[in-house]
Amino acid sequence: MEMENIQSTAATPAKTAESNRAPIQAILLQLRAFIALLILFGFFAIYSDSFMQTNNLIILTKQVAINAILGIGMTYVILTGGIDLSVGSIVGLCGIVAGGLINEGLVLSVFDVVIYFNIWIVMGLTIICGMLIGMFNGILVTRFSVAPFIATLGTLYIARGLALLRNSGATFPNLVGDSELGNTGFPKLGAGELLGLPYSIWIMAALAIIGTFIAMKTPFGRQIYAIGGNQRAARLSGVRVKQVTLMAYVISGFCAAIVGLIITSQLVSAHPATGESFELNAIAAVVLGGTSLSGGRGTIGGTIIGAFVIGVLSNGMIIEGVSSFWQTVIKGVVIILAVMIDQFQQRLQKRNV
Amino acid sequence: MNPITDDIILHAEKVQKVYPGTVALKDVDFNIYRGKVNALVGENGAGKSTLMKILAGVEQVTSGKLILNGKEIAPKSPREAEALGIGIIYQELNLFPNLNVSENIFVAHEMTVGGSLVNHREQERQTAELMKRLEQPIKSRTLVSNLRIGQQQIVEIAKSLARNTQILIMDEPTSALSNTEVEVLFRVIRELKTQGVSIVYISHKLEELLQIGDYITVLRDGQLIATAPMPEINLRWIVENMVGRGSATAYTPAAHEIRDDALRVENLTLPHPGKAQGYLLDHVSFSLRAGEILGIYGLMGAGRTELFETLMGLYPDATGDVLLYGESLKGKSIRERIQSGMMLIPEDRQREGLVQTLSVAHNMLLASLRNHLFSRVVLSGRKEKNSVERHIEELSIKVSNRNNPIGSLSGGNQQKVVVAKALLTSPKVLLMDEPTRGIDVGAKEEIFTIMVQLAQRGLGVLFVSTELKEVLAMADRILVMSKGRITAEIPRAEATEEALVAASAIGHELVKAGV
Repeated sequence: MEMENIQSTAATPAKTAESNRAPIQAILLQLRAFIALLILFGFFAIYSDSFMQTNNLIILTKQVAINAILGIGMTYVILTGGIDLSVGSIVGLCGIVAGGLINEGLVLSVFDVVIYFNIWIVMGLTIICGMLIGMFNGILVTRFSVAPFIATLGTLYIARGLALLRNSGATFPNLVGDSELGNTGFPKLGAGELLGLPYSIWIMAALAIIGTFIAMKTPFGRQIYAIGGNQRAARLSGVRVKQVTLMAYVISGFCAAIVGLIITSQLVSAHPATGESFELNAIAAVVLGGTSLSGGRGTIGGTIIGAFVIGVLSNGMIIEGVSSFWQTVIKGVVIILAVMIDQFQQRLQKRNV
Repeated sequence: MNPITDDIILHAEKVQKVYPGTVALKDVDFNIYRGKVNALVGENGAGKSTLMKILAGVEQVTSGKLILNGKEIAPKSPREAEALGIGIIYQELNLFPNLNVSENIFVAHEMTVGGSLVNHREQERQTAELMKRLEQPIKSRTLVSNLRIGQQQIVEIAKSLARNTQILIMDEPTSALSNTEVEVLFRVIRELKTQGVSIVYISHKLEELLQIGDYITVLRDGQLIATAPMPEINLRWIVENMVGRGSATAYTPAAHEIRDDALRVENLTLPHPGKAQGYLLDHVSFSLRAGEILGIYGLMGAGRTELFETLMGLYPDATGDVLLYGESLKGKSIRERIQSGMMLIPEDRQREGLVQTLSVAHNMLLASLRNHLFSRVVLSGRKEKNSVERHIEELSIKVSNRNNPIGSLSGGNQQKVVVAKALLTSPKVLLMDEPTRGIDVGAKEEIFTIMVQLAQRGLGVLFVSTELKEVLAMADRILVMSKGRITAEIPRAEATEEALVAASAIGHELVKAGV
């Protein structure tokens, strides 16, 4: 006992000296995504007349919402140490599924009937479809030990292929439904507003809050972090690693289905190529938000900020007339910078410990 | 000291190694005799591996000198040590299973044609020559993954020889070998001796040292305790010097009442994974009573960790039965076993005990989240806070804030967090695998006190240790394991160091090969 006491008192002065210096640096680094967002925001607000117009900000946030919602699901998967490359394709497939159900109904050729569902049921079925694809990913990863990258890459192709097959590559246009069939109202999801803000923004906000709550305040969320941090230790603590990991992919599928519905509704038509390369934007948002690709570290709040950084950057550059080719280059640079800073922060943290 | 006629190839003089907070080596003198097997022994934490790492250039001395062939050296990296002719074979072999034998032997020292293309033919020729020198029928082009462990070790030795090693350090070379493989290894070592290679041989298997060693050096707590030519000493001498006389009574556990059977293990058997024959656990049966501290002693590879992991449900293909207060745990998952009242404190704190990315509080709560719910699926912050703070206080964990990262704690305090995590699951039987590994003396005593307190509360405590002193001091009863079997069951009153060492060597007896 005595030895321990001596040691700890000896260690204290050095520790405090260091931790007095560390916080400012550490806090700045921890909030880096938010600071980057403020700087970008300030920059475009000063240099561009149209950037700060309410109209533009709403358009911007609407675009951000798409990426942010995908990012929320992606965050769960990346926190477990995995990755989900299939979300873009799930967006496309879910859009087509919803479009097909509205325009053609569910054809049961055996009974020679066509069932048209109420729009709520259409959306429900679409969401279930997204979750099932997520579950497929999860089963590949947990039961068959396929590396997440490969499993979801496979699903990326499968889901895209199915989306093209559904209507032979054609679009389901004009998804307004038919009042005689009782399935009208779908466009409202994309066009409707509450308190002056489009529904999609509210959905993003709601999912962000619920997602954060689940991550922070439920055993499931805690276990997601534990699995990403040290799978073996989690397993020995009685965490059902397979089930929990599988759920992360299901959540990602759920989020992708929501995005599929929103985009399809905004366009009032379902195009099979919708959502191409969305997965990369979602991953970028997650990484910019400070979530570690090796798992165990990160927040949904960070992902939302990350999505805003990407959104503000592209929106600002479009307004400023930066060539779209340069936009792509700059986006890449920003992502690499973000990860470099992340590595720097981790090293700093280790040193302080 | 003894009049020494043998030639000293390397002399370490007053070597001192200080790490922040601890002195790992204090003024250690160590001689390596040319063409001899120089055995180095000591319990965990005695400083063997530090000394070895210094010789191999992995670590540098804080003060003191290394004199090789009369010249002072100070290798700053393993590569520099290698250039000086000092090679090391770690317990966990450093081979590339996906490469073949000759590629492994020449890895990072590839022979080339014109400086860029690998000269496979020459490498394979030299490999064949090395294997001939070692008298081993291992082909150059065999993939290392297809070799048995014993053969892989031979490849490691060949790798060292290919780099012209004069001094070869071997860390626990026999821990994973079968008896026949040990014999082959010993033959190779004797062969190397005649070729003038000096061997530093580190092992916990004392009988083995008596057979193969020429000189022996004993370290304890970072200090040189004794050194002698092997023929002059015996097993008793080694044990006494390793453990220290009379120190076995340093901790006296407080009285605790031993009650009824808590855990019964019947014929627990775990086959070797894959094609290998034999068992990791060979029909293990024993019982543990409530309020009892049962110690398990055994050497590396005796099956101690496998026993604990099997009890926790990590190996579904194990047979036999485990009864916890009469309830069979057969077929139950880890989670279900934890709920039934069994909990493991794993050997490797970093890899198995803790999640480094989580805070102190979140690590502590990880195994008992379901006991801290506010409603069906939502955690109660208040309950969490209460549990965490209570255990920080009860186990006197030194942490300023429960939300600090776990890595900011000292080893002993981290271990206490692992203990707290286990206690929060309200276990009836606690399995502690090397609970004092890598923590300082003060923290060790605290862990012991906690163990006794748990026994007093009526828990059954099953703990594993490789340190004789610890087992003797703490356990009410001791089981000794060797080669997956329980080879002795010794009540506290009858336990002696010699009895434990002898029982832990059962199954390791060597066929007396011609010396």
